[in-house]
Amino acid sequence: MEQIMPATGAFSLIWVLIALPLAGAAVLLLGGRMTNKWGPYLGVLTVVGSAALGVVMLLQMMGLPAEDRSIQQVAYRWVFADGLSVDMAFRLDQLSMVFVLLITIVGSLIHVYSLGYMEHDPDRRKFFGYLNLFVAAMLLLVLANNYLLLYVGWEGVGLASYLLIGFWQVKPSAAAAAKKAFIINRVGDVGLGLAIMVMFVTFGSVTFADVFGQASAASEGTLTAIGLLLLLAACGKSAQFPLQAWLLDAMEGPTPVSALIHAATMVTAGVYLIVRSNAIFDRAVWAATAVVVVGLITVFMGAIIGSAKDDIKKSLAGSTMSQIGYMITAAGLGPIGYVFAIFHLLTHGVFKAGLFLGAGSVMHGMNDGVNMRRYGALRKVMVITTITFFIGYLAIIGIPPFAGFWSKDEIIHAAFEKGPVIGALLILGAGITGFYMSRMVAMTFFGKARWEDDVHPHESKAVMTIPLIILAIGSTVLGMALLFWGHIEEWLEPVTGIATAPSPLSTAATIGISLAFVIVGASIGWIMYLRREVPITAPRGSLLTRAARRDLYGDDVNEVLVVRPSYWLSRVLVWFDRAWVDGFVNGIAAFVGGFSGRLRRYQSGFARSYALSMVGGAVLVVLALLLVRLS
Amino acid sequence: MNPANYIVLSAVLFSIGAIGVLVRRNAIVVFMCVELMLNAANLAFVAFARMNGNLDGQVVAFFVMVVAAAEVVVGLAIIVQIFRTRRSASIDEPNLLKY
Repeated sequence: MEQIMPATGAFSLIWVLIALPLAGAAVLLLGGRMTNKWGPYLGVLTVVGSAALGVVMLLQMMGLPAEDRSIQQVAYRWVFADGLSVDMAFRLDQLSMVFVLLITIVGSLIHVYSLGYMEHDPDRRKFFGYLNLFVAAMLLLVLANNYLLLYVGWEGVGLASYLLIGFWQVKPSAAAAAKKAFIINRVGDVGLGLAIMVMFVTFGSVTFADVFGQASAASEGTLTAIGLLLLLAACGKSAQFPLQAWLLDAMEGPTPVSALIHAATMVTAGVYLIVRSNAIFDRAVWAATAVVVVGLITVFMGAIIGSAKDDIKKSLAGSTMSQIGYMITAAGLGPIGYVFAIFHLLTHGVFKAGLFLGAGSVMHGMNDGVNMRRYGALRKVMVITTITFFIGYLAIIGIPPFAGFWSKDEIIHAAFEKGPVIGALLILGAGITGFYMSRMVAMTFFGKARWEDDVHPHESKAVMTIPLIILAIGSTVLGMALLFWGHIEEWLEPVTGIATAPSPLSTAATIGISLAFVIVGASIGWIMYLRREVPITAPRGSLLTRAARRDLYGDDVNEVLVVRPSYWLSRVLVWFDRAWVDGFVNGIAAFVGGFSGRLRRYQSGFARSYALSMVGGAVLVVLALLLVRLS
Repeated sequence: MNPANYIVLSAVLFSIGAIGVLVRRNAIVVFMCVELMLNAANLAFVAFARMNGNLDGQVVAFFVMVVAAAEVVVGLAIIVQIFRTRRSASIDEPNLLKY
């Protein structure tokens, strides 16, 4: 049982981490047009403030011995009902700490970038308000000390995601994408809600400390149920199979949103949930296996979709799915993999944010065009974007010494410790990653210019390129920094536990084989899209290409399995409502109406007939009285 | 004299009044028949008061007289108005207030 320390020093300000961006959101969203001018800058400042506070807390935490690094701060008692008592309480430990830094620092860079990217948007105050709301909700999610509070943050990021995907709601496609994301996320949220209920019934509490402390006392069946429900929640939020369909459409949102929410932070909340709940998954073998299977399926789905899309953002979205698949797989491996899931999450958060912002910079120069077939040769006009994107490219495909190499290689190595099949599949996935990322870079920055006539590409302004440069530096050094200087394994070990097992392959062999696959995949990509001319209209393509262009029929499957049946069910219900419920009510009304229509004929207007009926009535009353008297 | 005879007289007067209300068309006559029924009831009240030896019936009879006086005022006013507009005192003719 780990000990939980009270909040002292900078830690007494944990609540400020969340309150700052929340206050920013409140001012921007409630302040109205008054805040149009300075609102966006306030939005940036609040997140930068949280980031600075986060760094101060990191420094204080590094000064503490490892066993004293789990800090708890209780703000007030939030829910108190018979048997259920939940505090508004925050828990800052090694795991939340790295998340806080990822969210606030990457969030700050993306806020700054948005100042340039959204410069001409009439609603940019609203945009920054929503972004601040997102940051606050995400921080609440990772800082909660119980599942119920986590759920609040979980729903909060879902709301912010919905608002930001549909930010350009005048476009019907954006409005539809926002609804789709929200509804599919709801499926996962039901899983989390049910998991919390099962926890309360089983453990009588929903705080992390109580649930994990008593996990060993619960039956394996219960833990498996909780684990599978948490996996469902993670699938929804992290766009994992079978709830993956929303992420590709989510690219309708502004590009900084895609970078912050749909690449770096929110979509990794599922990984956080599983790693945070490690005490449950460690004791539920089947649930952990399901996690690995889901992760592996998504690695390939995402990679295949990413290889076929011509839309640069959708291709990156496929890549995000695939990379989160790696994290989920690692999280399913158990104590062997938890640390590396988080490690990859951090490096991915940085380099994928850089890639997305790079794509945004390209789009900014190309009149918001996203079709890579109309790009090409942009390296000549966008030098900084090209260099930073290329560094992100090297990081994601895993070329040493860039960040992705270290984290992905650790995951592959851990997978081999668990089983050679998982490891082999992940290496194959790395090869496909090499292919689609090379395709993207070759089509966008190299080859011949295939620009549309009225497009005049140009490099973006410094406010956009400086975040790109910082993220590129992060993509270069973060892997080594975390591994060799930050000792991420020892850092996270008190929260997640760590284990090693003998691997059938040596470390050097793992690195060699995966690098070989990556280089082969990348070479195929370069040869196919650089040596040969890229056609402006997409060729028909193979069966797999066509399937991948349609998101591997994800929408069609949902249509057949969910949309159509619920459509017919609602048709039947409407019929039942019209024919039976309405029929019954309307029938009574019609009967009363008809009956009274006849009854009113007795209002003949002849006073004497009224008098006769009165007399008749009086006679009847008298007769009745007499009858009663006589009997 | 046997008080039951008063009750019988009251019943007879009441029946005459009721039949008058039902069969006559002239509003003034119908009105007088109503008065006859009221006074038949008054007679019964007074007779019962005498038979039971208390004043309750007589008190009610006074109430009835007061109400009847008020009713005559309102009723006659209505009849006069109807007569002025329609030149007729028949109670069958004003039958517009119907379904």
